[in-house]
Amino acid sequence: MVASEVFLTFILMLSIFLGFELITKVPATLHTPLMSGANAISGITVVGAISLAGTGQQDLANWLGAGAVALASINVVGGYLVTDRMLAMFKKKGS
Amino acid sequence: MDNVIQFSFVLSAGLFIYGLKMLGSPATARRGNTISSLGMLLAVVAALLDQGIVDYQWIAIGFIVGGAIGAAAARLVQMTSMPEMVALFNGFGGMASLLVGWAALSPQAETFTLVTIALSILIGGVTFTGSLVAYGKLSETIGSGAVLFAGQQVVNSLLVLGIVGGAVMFCIDPAQMQWLYMVICLSLVFGVMAVIPIGGADMPVVISLLNSYSGLAACAAGFAIDNNILIVAGSLVGASGIILTQIMCKAMNRSLSNVLFSGFGSGKTETTEVEGEIKPINVEDAYYVLEAASSVAIIPGYGMAVAQAQHVVKELGELLESNGAEVSFGIHPVAGRMPGHMNVLLAEADVPYDQLLEMDEINPRMETVDVAIVIGANDVVNPAARDIESSPIYGMPVINVDQARTVFVLKRSMASGFAGIENPLFYKDNTRMLFGDAKESIGGLVREFS
Repeated sequence: MVASEVFLTFILMLSIFLGFELITKVPATLHTPLMSGANAISGITVVGAISLAGTGQQDLANWLGAGAVALASINVVGGYLVTDRMLAMFKKKGS
Repeated sequence: MDNVIQFSFVLSAGLFIYGLKMLGSPATARRGNTISSLGMLLAVVAALLDQGIVDYQWIAIGFIVGGAIGAAAARLVQMTSMPEMVALFNGFGGMASLLVGWAALSPQAETFTLVTIALSILIGGVTFTGSLVAYGKLSETIGSGAVLFAGQQVVNSLLVLGIVGGAVMFCIDPAQMQWLYMVICLSLVFGVMAVIPIGGADMPVVISLLNSYSGLAACAAGFAIDNNILIVAGSLVGASGIILTQIMCKAMNRSLSNVLFSGFGSGKTETTEVEGEIKPINVEDAYYVLEAASSVAIIPGYGMAVAQAQHVVKELGELLESNGAEVSFGIHPVAGRMPGHMNVLLAEADVPYDQLLEMDEINPRMETVDVAIVIGANDVVNPAARDIESSPIYGMPVINVDQARTVFVLKRSMASGFAGIENPLFYKDNTRMLFGDAKESIGGLVREFS
């Protein structure tokens, strides 16, 4: 049985390469929305924070988890909304 | 149930990737963002199905508080303030990962997990305070200049040693909480120390880098809690930030270490004498030149954002077009305070994106341009970067406005730009200086036309 660390590292390597391929194709004109969209995606920490904040135990880990849910939600909600707001402004000539 | 959750994560990773792919063109970008957000929704719903969750109260409170703050910020932020907002969000992402890494600490944790916990705390902490300092500099709540002091390198080296030492001790003996607290505190301090020596005009590099760190912190947190989707999404963000950092460094012809450690622009002045004289022009004369022009290029810089001049600029562009001129915008990669800053401002003002040209597109046609209008840009159009080897910015790629038949430079006064670098452009025979507030000067031109 291969240890889970190996699988995780494997995923890490592949996604870094994939990320490079994807992002180099984003045109310079969209770099600001790319960054705010990346803000939103980095809010993925919320997924990890959810299980930590829901243990029902009134211990430190629970409070840390709840704080992380709040902070990451700011990123997720704010990031996607502001990116959408920006991208809606990009128009082609004559449209 | 666990399999359902895991497969949902796979699907949501696919949606993130597809969403980013659609960001490859402005025509599909908005749909790409929606797809990415569906991926996030799916991941969150899947995470809520986790059977380890017995109490939803604090999750709900976190969502409501964070969601409300995020929604309000996204709605209210001005497009000129996007750099600050992105900086702040980088920081929140970093802090969230720090908290998750910390909360993942349990007495039965293995060494590998402990290492990743230490990493998520370190990267998250540096990202958090570094981003707060970047936010302060960008929003000018603190001075935007570089802060340098004697022995800075020594202090930073000691900090790094302290962090590494503390992290090693933590991994060896996690039961002793003081090592954990030491790593947390020193990481937070190090974030501040890392960003204060970097000047305002280098901020595009810094926020790109912090963007990358916020992704890497999520990645490390993913390792700490054994969660694939955090690793995939985190590394996508990490890669994105690193690429933007590289693009920014290349556009300034500087290495990353030069940007991070040199305190560029902290008051050194250059002594090169520039020959020629300044030739001012008034709005009326500028109008006559523009009226006769058949090709106009507009080169905006951070000054356009400061003056909030994007809307009048767009109006002027339209008037020039209806006057029969061909109008294009030349955007330097580091114009503004973050990558793509100018593009967003002009998009906000309804300038179509196919009119915005990158530096490599506009330079070859510069010789056929009748009038190049420089609005609040300085270093990115400085011909010294091309011609004068002793110049601090020598070798930086610039937009060659001096090759246009006539150049109008809109400038508040003759004070030199960032880093006190003289700009020989202002003294060229074909350059005319239009002094005053950019918004008012352009407004004046618009009135002359209509």
